[in-house]
Amino acid sequence: MADQHSKHHGYYTGDIHNQFVEEHYDPKNRSVIWRTFWILLFITIFEVAIAFAPISKFILMVTFIVLTLVKAYFIVAFFMHLKHEKISFAYTIILPFVLIVYLIGMALAEGSFLNLWDRLF
Amino acid sequence: MAAEATMTQENRASGLWNGGRSPFNVSWGKMMMWFFLVSDAFTFSTLIIAYGAMRHRFAEVWPKANDVFTHFPFVEGHIPLAYVGLMTFILIMSSVTMVLAVDAGHRRDNNGVALWLFLTIIGGFMFLGSQAWEWYHFIHGTEAGAYQTADGTIYRDAINAYELHAEKPPAGSLITTDYQLITDKAKVEEIKSKAEHFHGANLTRNEYGHPLFADFFFFITGFHGFHVFSGVMINIIIWLNVLAGVYKRRGHYEHIEKTGLYWHFVDLVWVFVFTFFYLV
Repeated sequence: MADQHSKHHGYYTGDIHNQFVEEHYDPKNRSVIWRTFWILLFITIFEVAIAFAPISKFILMVTFIVLTLVKAYFIVAFFMHLKHEKISFAYTIILPFVLIVYLIGMALAEGSFLNLWDRLF
Repeated sequence: MAAEATMTQENRASGLWNGGRSPFNVSWGKMMMWFFLVSDAFTFSTLIIAYGAMRHRFAEVWPKANDVFTHFPFVEGHIPLAYVGLMTFILIMSSVTMVLAVDAGHRRDNNGVALWLFLTIIGGFMFLGSQAWEWYHFIHGTEAGAYQTADGTIYRDAINAYELHAEKPPAGSLITTDYQLITDKAKVEEIKSKAEHFHGANLTRNEYGHPLFADFFFFITGFHGFHVFSGVMINIIIWLNVLAGVYKRRGHYEHIEKTGLYWHFVDLVWVFVFTFFYLV
């Protein structure tokens, strides 16, 4: 038992719950941080660079939104470390945002409808 | 302590969800920080979605960001996107220093945590200063200003409508916020004589177009800026604790992780604000 425990590094939180939390420190962590930084920086520079390119506005908009979601993924997965949490915990955090997707659909449809209504009547 | 370790072992053997340990292997405090951030993300989402709905509603008179945010410190001329790009860079950079502070905490390197946390605080103040500069220029508006007639229509000096640069509107002509050019000299004079001249944006009037654009801009970037300000204050408190050796004595640096989560969240929100206010 004692041997098995020694494989699991970690700490007791020391608050009233005093939970034991396992820690797995990866020495490659710092290179992952800098890689994430370069990716975020490159995407931002790319976004500013193509903002005035002679491309259709619709394609630009879709590109910007996709790149924003890519940046959000890198921040949440690597800076906030969610990729290395238990998958059940990651789902607990991510899945509620399905409701936000639903709200986007409803609210933008409503806005567009009111715009049409103003122009027709 | 030994007894607790044995308990933990037994529970680990008997299944994740049988009690005695966190099935997520996340401490109570860290989990609650995540749940707070989910609720905060919902607040920001609804604000940005409301902005999107009103933008679709008033699509024709919605200001174009490249006409509004055109300044860069110490540089003359029309320079859209560069300044907000710099602000984004500052915030990403401060996110990097924050995550390096968390990393130093995992290595129990007290001096490393203190250094990286200090740099994060500096980055936060730089961002807040940039935000203030951006607000200053938006509130003060352009030199030429705009004219508002009694029926509420706003006419801008066409020289500030950069979307039309290719067409080179003649000097002195006006443009409505839905980009209809008025070049006729007599008509321009008539509008100018009847209308009220004003500069910039506030909560009721906006030189660049629909006032709701200014309302949402002030509210959303203001709410975000307030989050950054709170984050900087929390970071300062944690930094003072690090200098006093509080976490060194405690044996772990989980507090840095919790404030780090909050700080990255603030960065995450800015990524979306940058896209929906400035890019699309």
